[in-house]
Amino acid sequence: MRVALFVPCYIDQLYPRVAMATLDLLEQLGVDVDFPEAQTCCGQPMLNSGCDTDALPLAERFVEIFSGFDAVVCPSGSCVSMVKNHYHHLLHDNARYETLRTQVYELCEFLVDVLKVDALPVKFPYKVGLHSSCHGLRELRLASDSELNIPEFNKPKQLLALLEGVEFAELKRKDECCGFGGTFAVSEEAVSCTMGRDRIADHLQAGTQVLTAGDMSCLMHLAGLIKRDKQPIRVMHIAEILAGYEVPQ
Amino acid sequence: MSAIKSYDHPTNADQFNKDQARTHWHDSSLWFIREKRDRMSKSLPEWETLRTCASQIKAHTVSKLADYLEEFEKNATARGATVHWAKDAEEHNRIVLEILQKHQTKRIVKSKSMLTEECHLNPWLEKHGIEVVDTDLGERIVQLRNEPPSHIVMPAIHLKKEDVSNTFHEHLQTEQGNYDPNYLTESARQHLRQKFCQADAGITGVNFAIAETGGFVVCTNEGNADLGVSLPKVHIACMGIEKLIPKVDHLSIFLRLLARSATGQPITTYSSHFHGPIEGGELHIVLVDNGRSKLMNSDDYRNSLKCIRCGACMNTCPVYRRSGGHSYAATVPGPIGSILNPLRDAKHHKTLPFACTLCGSCSDVCPVKINLHEQLLTLRTEVKNQKQLPISKTLPMQIASFVFQRPKLFAWLGGVGKFFLRTMPRFLIYNAMNPWGRNREMPEAPPESFRKQYAQRVKKKSDK
Ligand code: SF4
Repeated sequence: MRVALFVPCYIDQLYPRVAMATLDLLEQLGVDVDFPEAQTCCGQPMLNSGCDTDALPLAERFVEIFSGFDAVVCPSGSCVSMVKNHYHHLLHDNARYETLRTQVYELCEFLVDVLKVDALPVKFPYKVGLHSSCHGLRELRLASDSELNIPEFNKPKQLLALLEGVEFAELKRKDECCGFGGTFAVSEEAVSCTMGRDRIADHLQAGTQVLTAGDMSCLMHLAGLIKRDKQPIRVMHIAEILAGYEVPQ
Repeated sequence: MSAIKSYDHPTNADQFNKDQARTHWHDSSLWFIREKRDRMSKSLPEWETLRTCASQIKAHTVSKLADYLEEFEKNATARGATVHWAKDAEEHNRIVLEILQKHQTKRIVKSKSMLTEECHLNPWLEKHGIEVVDTDLGERIVQLRNEPPSHIVMPAIHLKKEDVSNTFHEHLQTEQGNYDPNYLTESARQHLRQKFCQADAGITGVNFAIAETGGFVVCTNEGNADLGVSLPKVHIACMGIEKLIPKVDHLSIFLRLLARSATGQPITTYSSHFHGPIEGGELHIVLVDNGRSKLMNSDDYRNSLKCIRCGACMNTCPVYRRSGGHSYAATVPGPIGSILNPLRDAKHHKTLPFACTLCGSCSDVCPVKINLHEQLLTLRTEVKNQKQLPISKTLPMQIASFVFQRPKLFAWLGGVGKFFLRTMPRFLIYNAMNPWGRNREMPEAPPESFRKQYAQRVKKKSDK
């Protein structure tokens, strides 16, 4: 199986450790991974800002670059959802896209559904606070959300539970949005920060030592607040934890 | 409309968030209702089936709306009601006024109706010398304060009991500083009783109109709709044309969904059915379009006509909870309001589709499965197409798109950006131009991008 690694633009530039962890993890699991270097950004910021015509060429590039692989894996639910669920606004009746959209996976989804990972040789003796990022949760259905009356499941948690020594922090609001929302974080700065601080307060009361999520963008926003407010919480992307990386000090 | 200062949601929300204690109080009051709704919906194993049925019934009704409206008109008329058609808010107001003037009405009582709010009926009638008293307790409170409702189901949810006490002290001469909800409710009850007895006509909204029977249902928790139309001889019911359902059999599905979604009650306290006028009286039903048929013709937004106005999307919306209903400067706020208002008036409501993180909670909570957050995303492009986006929003996206189409330029600029982020003095990064940094630290720039590290790794491997 030829797998392409799709690294969101801001992870490439600001969080290389997350991308490296994803690569390491996949390789540890015996996957043959390629990183197509022509990739940049999926176009989500443009589409979310209403600028569909600026997003279109990026969607076309994406299809061009990633077609032909058996699977495309990405450590970001939000970017995956952009490709899977929102490109059809831009690319009408594009046969290559229709094939590609079935082959794009969020990292945890790929590990659980395709690789069917049921063991990971990692010790992680921390109380983990799992933030369910909204696009992964409600657009990719990586877990059941509290609004729906369906049987409970949670793919990221299922993977974390494989680690030795891991404990989970019990949140009061298990799947509330952190307030990042892309450009929302800037255009609605006040609400965005109130939401973020509320999430952090929930993690603090639950005793979270390491805060994790499948989306680095949510974590970037939360980490920004944690650092400003000097809160005693460490932040790691789920790929870093699953790959056995050290907790940053 | 004292609470509306500006149409700009971020500005209003920023104002609201200045009082963090109140913001948190507002958030927890609504979250309390959302949790009640969760418990109630989870007590029904068939919940998701109910949602699917409701959504399908509404989709079907909307697809044949003209036929069902005619069927409703025929059956309602046969029961002795007079049916009026209004293409917009103005026509609706004119029709209502004409009926009232024909009967020389001086005083009316009105039960909760978001449609009459949408049409701004109260100020219109007051201008023509008619006293209008809102009889829903929450509505009455905001009416006394000369404020619009801040929520479609709980119009006064933004007010604390102290605020209500002060308002009642001022207008109803209740005891100053008495915050006891029982005392305050009783005072309002006495005051409203008087108004009920004096009224010459009663106006109600409509929750569900049934094509098959020509009857309609009004849901209230206070019984005020029944009181308001039992004493006076004239009853005017104002309904948006989307309130229709085909058969009486369908009603049970909607009544079960409505109250659970709205307040977490198994059913609203009063579901009053009206079939024709009371003895010796008149019943007028005003069917209002006001932009609804335009939605019917749009593939992207047709779904929003399924809305039963339960308010669940507001209660669940993390942005609504932390910015308050008034920040939307619209009769219907929250997720569904952020769709309906810009579609009617993009110029004024252009910030609403962006007052959303696209978390999707509204879509999953909605009892009729409206894809709210997807419509909000689509609507952003619509706002851009209507030339309502400022250049400060569109230009950065154009530039970014240009850069992202050129991987080498992107990599180079990324390097430059990281260099500055690492080396620039703090005051140059954290200033008024950087809304990210007002409350948050920026991410630390790593020495090298992933693509650089990857290239080195590939090289190392091939060197081996
Ligand atoms: S959109 Fe759905 S959740 Fe919101 S008020 Fe309408 S029916 Fe209720």
